[in-house]
Amino acid sequence: MSASARTLEPAPPVAPRIAGAMPSVAWLIVLAAFILLWPFGDRFAAWAMVYPRAWYVPAAAWIGAFTKWLVNEASFGVFTFTEMTRFMAAIIELPYRVALGLVSTGLTSGQGSGAVQHLPPLSWVAVTGLATLLGWRLGGWRLAALAGLCFVYLAVFGQWTSAMVTLASIMVAVPLGVAGGLLLGIAAHRWPRLERALTPLLDLMQTIPVFAYLVPILILFGFGPTSAVVATLIYAMPPMTRITALALRGVASEMVDLGNMVGCTRRQMTWKVMVPSARESLMVGVNQVIMLSLNMVIIASMIGAGGLGFDVLAALRRLDIGAGLEAGFAIVALAIALDRLSQAAALRSGAPPARGGWLSRNGYLAGALAFVVLTALVGLLVPAVQVYPKEAFVSTGSFWSEVVRFININFFDTLEAIKNAVLLNVLVPAKRLLVGLPWLGVAGLLAFAGWRLGRWRLALLAGALSLLIAATGQWEKAMITVYLCGVSVVFAALIGIPVGILAAERDRLWRGVQVVIDTLQTLPSFVYLMPAVMLFRVGDFTAMLAVVAYSVAPAIRYTALGLQKVDPRVVEAGRAMGCTRWQLLTRIKLKLALPEIMLGINQTIMFALSMLVITALVGTRDLGQEVYIALTKADVGRGLVAGLAVAFIAIIADRLIAAGVARTKRRLGLT
Amino acid sequence: MTTRSLFFASAFALSAALGALPAAAQESADPIKLTLHDWTGQLITTELMGEVLKKAGYNVEYVQADYLAQFAGLESGDLHVAMEMWETTGRDAMDASTATGKTEVFGPTGMKAKEEWWYPTYMKEKCPGLPNWEALKEAACAEAFSTAETAPKGRYLGGPVTWGGYDDERVVALDLPFEVIHAGTDAALFAELESAYQRQAPIMLWIYAPHWAPAKYQGEWVEFPEYTAECYTDATWGSNPAATYDCGKPFGEIWKVGWAGLKDKWPGAHKAIVAFTIDNDEMGKMITEVDLNGKQIADVVAAWMDANEARWSEWIKK
Repeated sequence: MSASARTLEPAPPVAPRIAGAMPSVAWLIVLAAFILLWPFGDRFAAWAMVYPRAWYVPAAAWIGAFTKWLVNEASFGVFTFTEMTRFMAAIIELPYRVALGLVSTGLTSGQGSGAVQHLPPLSWVAVTGLATLLGWRLGGWRLAALAGLCFVYLAVFGQWTSAMVTLASIMVAVPLGVAGGLLLGIAAHRWPRLERALTPLLDLMQTIPVFAYLVPILILFGFGPTSAVVATLIYAMPPMTRITALALRGVASEMVDLGNMVGCTRRQMTWKVMVPSARESLMVGVNQVIMLSLNMVIIASMIGAGGLGFDVLAALRRLDIGAGLEAGFAIVALAIALDRLSQAAALRSGAPPARGGWLSRNGYLAGALAFVVLTALVGLLVPAVQVYPKEAFVSTGSFWSEVVRFININFFDTLEAIKNAVLLNVLVPAKRLLVGLPWLGVAGLLAFAGWRLGRWRLALLAGALSLLIAATGQWEKAMITVYLCGVSVVFAALIGIPVGILAAERDRLWRGVQVVIDTLQTLPSFVYLMPAVMLFRVGDFTAMLAVVAYSVAPAIRYTALGLQKVDPRVVEAGRAMGCTRWQLLTRIKLKLALPEIMLGINQTIMFALSMLVITALVGTRDLGQEVYIALTKADVGRGLVAGLAVAFIAIIADRLIAAGVARTKRRLGLT
Repeated sequence: MTTRSLFFASAFALSAALGALPAAAQESADPIKLTLHDWTGQLITTELMGEVLKKAGYNVEYVQADYLAQFAGLESGDLHVAMEMWETTGRDAMDASTATGKTEVFGPTGMKAKEEWWYPTYMKEKCPGLPNWEALKEAACAEAFSTAETAPKGRYLGGPVTWGGYDDERVVALDLPFEVIHAGTDAALFAELESAYQRQAPIMLWIYAPHWAPAKYQGEWVEFPEYTAECYTDATWGSNPAATYDCGKPFGEIWKVGWAGLKDKWPGAHKAIVAFTIDNDEMGKMITEVDLNGKQIADVVAAWMDANEARWSEWIKK
C-alpha cells in the first residue's frame, strides 16, 4: 500500500455504515434466539443453561497422566526425555554461571559455602562506568547520563547485590530469547506451513499462565536459575517470533529484487538484506523480550533465581512498602537502562565502521578494558570502589509506609465510598449478568460472530474453544475471568485511549508518558497491590485496579503510535477542506488509526489475562485462582486445564478482534 | 568483553575439572542445599541449621524457592532440605510428596503452629464477651465486625483458599453470623490488619504464630471449643450434634522435610537435621528482633549460635 494510492481513494473517512446494515438483520435474529433461550431455557433445556456435570471430559486426569509419563518414562531409546531436558539445562547453566561470575560472585572454585573466590567480580564502579561509556558511544551524553543514573540508583539504594543476580539471568535470557525468536521467525517466514503450525503454539506460550506449567518445568529442568530462564524464554520469546515474521514480510519488494539482482544466495538474502532492512521493527521485538523478561523476575525468584524479585516478595511479606518499592524500582531502572541502550544500539548499527588502526577503530573497547583493569586495581586498595559502602546507602525508610498510613487514616471513608459505588453499580451487576448467561447461548453467539467476521473457519474455532471450556468444567470460573478482565479492559481503554490521543502530538508529553508506561509494565504489581489492599481491602475491586494499572500501557502505546502513523497528507487534505480540529481528530485521524487502536485493545486484553495469576493473590475466584490452587497442590493436570481455558479466552478474543480489524481496514481502503 | 568471558569460561571449566576443594567433613563435599522462603521465621530457622552444618564442616548452599513449588526440587534431589513445612498449610503437599518415596520427613522442628481467629484488643470494648467464641453469636457483636458488603453479618478474613482451615464449615457448624472472605496471600492478610489497626477499625482475621504480627499488634485469639480429632470426623461430637468442625483449629507441628537420598550422601548431616529443635518463644524473639527492631538475620543467628553452643554441638556430635 503506498501513500499516494490511499489519498486517491474516494474519500475513505466518509464511507458510511451502509455495509453494516445487511448483517444487522442476521444479528437481530441470533440475538432474539439468545434472549429467548436465556429466561425460558431453564424449563425445557436445562443442559443449555449450565453444562451438566455428567458430560465433563476428564481432561485434567489425562493431562496429568501424560506429564507423568513424559517425565518418568518418555524415552528416545538412548536417553530419556528428562535426560535430554537436563542436558539442555546444563547448557543454559554455563553462560549463566559466566554472567553471574562476571557481575556477582567473581571467579570462584568449589560450590556453596566451600567456594573460594579467586578474582572479585566487576566492581560497582566498573559496571556503572561500562554502562555509561556504552551509553555515550551509542547515544551521546544524554543516554550516558541515563544509563549511569540507573546503575547509580542500584548502588546507592543498596540494591546492587540482588540487581546483579537479576542482571545475570537477564543477560542470558534476553539474547537467547532474541536469537530463538529471530530464528523461529525467519523459519516461519520461509515456510508458511510452519508459520501456520507455530501461530497457535505461540498463542498458548504467551497466554497460559506460567504457574500452570511451572511444576513440569521444575521437574524437567531442575530447580534453580535455569528453570527460571526456561520459563522466561517460554513467556518472552513469542512476541519476537511474531514481530520477526511480520517485519520480514514488510521488507520492501525493491530490496528483495535488488538482492536477487546482485546474486545473493539464500543465506545472504536473509542475513545481509532482509534482517538489516527490517531492523527497526525487529527492535520492537527486542524491547518486548527485555520488558517481558523483567516481568518474570518475581516468578523466577520463586523458583530459585533469587535477585530483586525475592527482595520484593520478602519486603511485602513484612509489609515494608518502602523496601518493596525500592526493589521494584530497581527492576524498572534495569529495564529502562537495558531497553534504551539496545534501542540506541539498533539505530547505530547502520552507521559505517570507523577506519584506521586497531586502537582508533576500537577506542571505546580499549578504554573500557583499561577502565575495568584500573577499577579492579583501585578496588583492591579502596574497598569502596569494589563494593559500594553500606554506610552510604540511601533509603526512603518508612516514608512510603507513612504516606499510605496518612491516606489510610484521612481518606479511607472517601475511598471506601468510591469503591462501593463502583462495586455496586458496575462490578456486581456485570458479574451477575455474565455468570447467569447460558453457556450454549454464549458459545453460539461467539460462533456466529466468528462466522460473520471470518466465515466457517473462525466460527468453528470460536464455537469449539468455548465448548471445550464448558466441557472441562471451567465455565463459571471462565465467566468470572471474562467479567473481571472485561471490566478492567473497558476502564483501561477509557483511560488509555484519551491519554494516547493527548500524547500523540505532544512530543515532550509523549516522552514522559513513555517512561510512565514502561514503569507500569515492569514495576512488579505486587508493589502496588499491597498498598491497594490496605486502602480497598481484598476483593475484586483491588484486583481490578491492579489489572487496569498493568494493561493500560498497550492501550496508550498503540493509540499514540496509530495516530502518529496517520499519513500527514490526508490530514492536510482534511484541513484544506475546512475541518475543525475536532473533526480532524474524530472524522479522519481516529478512523484511520482505528486498526492500530483495536490492536492496542487486543494487547490490553492479553495483558489483562496475564495478570490473572497476580489477582489470585488478592482472593479472586477465577481461573487464575484455579491455576494457583493447582500449583499449591502440585496438580499438573488441573493447572494446565485451567491455564488452557485462559488461553482459549485469549485466542477467541484475539481472533475475533483481528478479523474485525481486517474488515475495518478493508472498508477504510487501508489494504 | 569477549576475551574476558572466554577467560572466565575456561577458568570455570578448569575449576570444574579439578573438582571442589576438600571440605572438612569426610562425607560428600557437595553443597547441601537448604531452601529459603519469603518469611522471616523460616529464613532464621534455615540459617540456624545452615550455620550448624557449617560448624560440622559441611558445604552449605541456600537456594530461594517457593514454599510449595519446592517439592519438585526436593524429589529430584536438586534441593535437599526444607526447614519449615507447616502441618496446617503444607500437610497435603508434604503427604503427596512423601508418598512418592523420594522425600522424607526429618521430624518436627519443635515449634508449634498456632492458627486461629484473632482480633485487636480495642475490639473488646464493642464485644465485651470476647475471647469466648459464644460472644460472636450476639447480633450486636457480629455487627461490630461488619462492613458495608457483609452487614449485618460480621466479616471474617480467612487465609488463602489453599490453606484450607475449614472456616466456611466452622461458621455453619457453630452458627456464627459471620461471612468468610478469603485473602489470596498472607501478605494481603496482614496488609488488611495493618490498615484496620491504623484506623482502630474493626477486624477479625486468621493469624498464625510464630509470626511478627502478634508481637506488633495488641490482640488475642478467639477461644473456640478445643480441637480434637473427633471434632473434624465425628458429627455427634461438640455443641452441634449434626455437624463436624464445631471446634477451633488444631495446633500443628512444623516439620522438617527433604530429599530421601540425604541420609546416604551425608549421614552426619542427616543426624544433625533430625536432632535440630527450637521452640516458639525463642523463635518469636528472633523474629521480633529482625522484623520489628530492624536487625540483620545473620546477626541474630550469630547471637543465637554464641548463646547456645552446648545445644548445637550436641546435634553434630559424631
